Amino acid sequence: MILVNEQEFPFENQLKIGELAATHKPGADIFILNGFPVPTHTPVKDGDSCTLIQKGVIPTPDEMDALLSARHTPGIQKTIRKSTIAILGLGGLGSAVAGAMAKIGIGNILLSDYDVVEPSNLNRQHYFVDQIGLLKTRALQQNLLRMNPSVSLELIEEHLTESRLPLLFAEVDVLIECFDDPVMKAATLRSVLTEMKMVSYVGSSGMAGFGNNNTILTRMLRPGIYIVGDETSEAKPGMGLMAPRVGIAAHHMANQSLRILLAADKNRQ
Amino acid sequence: MNLTVNGNSKSFPDISNVTDLLKSLQLPPESVVVELNKIIIQPDSYGSAKLAESDKVEIIRFVGGG
Repeated sequence: MILVNEQEFPFENQLKIGELAATHKPGADIFILNGFPVPTHTPVKDGDSCTLIQKGVIPTPDEMDALLSARHTPGIQKTIRKSTIAILGLGGLGSAVAGAMAKIGIGNILLSDYDVVEPSNLNRQHYFVDQIGLLKTRALQQNLLRMNPSVSLELIEEHLTESRLPLLFAEVDVLIECFDDPVMKAATLRSVLTEMKMVSYVGSSGMAGFGNNNTILTRMLRPGIYIVGDETSEAKPGMGLMAPRVGIAAHHMANQSLRILLAADKNRQ
Repeated sequence: MNLTVNGNSKSFPDISNVTDLLKSLQLPPESVVVELNKIIIQPDSYGSAKLAESDKVEIIRFVGGG
């Protein structure tokens, strides 16, 4: 067998990678054999992995899905693909969580923020200098669709209040709380516990500064309810939010959400 | 009064409700979630939520940053 763009095909003797491309990906102009770029006349051996790329051509949604299924295994990808998550707050945590979840092919992502990208955000938030002044929802939509054009995004651009949360988010599989404001953080957990009995929750508290990596923890409050952070490092003058440690927390949150979706950890039900 | 707060037993003199408890613990009432004997207490009820001997209280405190 050989692998061509992550799919298995029977091995044929004396085949060159350029000939393989003519069958499987006409127009391909970059040939990668077992991880290294090679010329078109390179012979293919049994067991080889071949990646055939046409420069500048975006894979179709079906091709993207096949690539992700091959990476993650088909059963897991099916679950990831049909999942719906909500990310509340698109700052240092939310923009990083969104990137991780879009890359693995989460089917539906609700993105909620009412703010615009400011220059001071760029020390940690996943936006570009040419996006300053755009709504974070719109800027992140642009960026996520460049990572994975198959992801379905819903933008919520209102200033959220506690009473609005169950009306907007009661149908999602996992709600990921990435707010900056501790009052809204508390309001969100309260709302999930009292009004959204089926929704799993991953919240955040304490990730400012450059303290020890390993004090950022994921703590289960009860099945389906998790909080990430050191629960003490508050953002304040002299202890700002910085990309490295905020990123640690964000990826705890992303992986915890994935664990819930894949039933590696308990959900609310 | 003896209360179990986040799993730890502790004595709190001169408190009668959740507002008093949060003050005694020096916690900002607007950025915590309080569960009293497994029931979530809404912030506008902290003053009227009476505490009794041996009550179990869970408090989650959130700090700013995200």
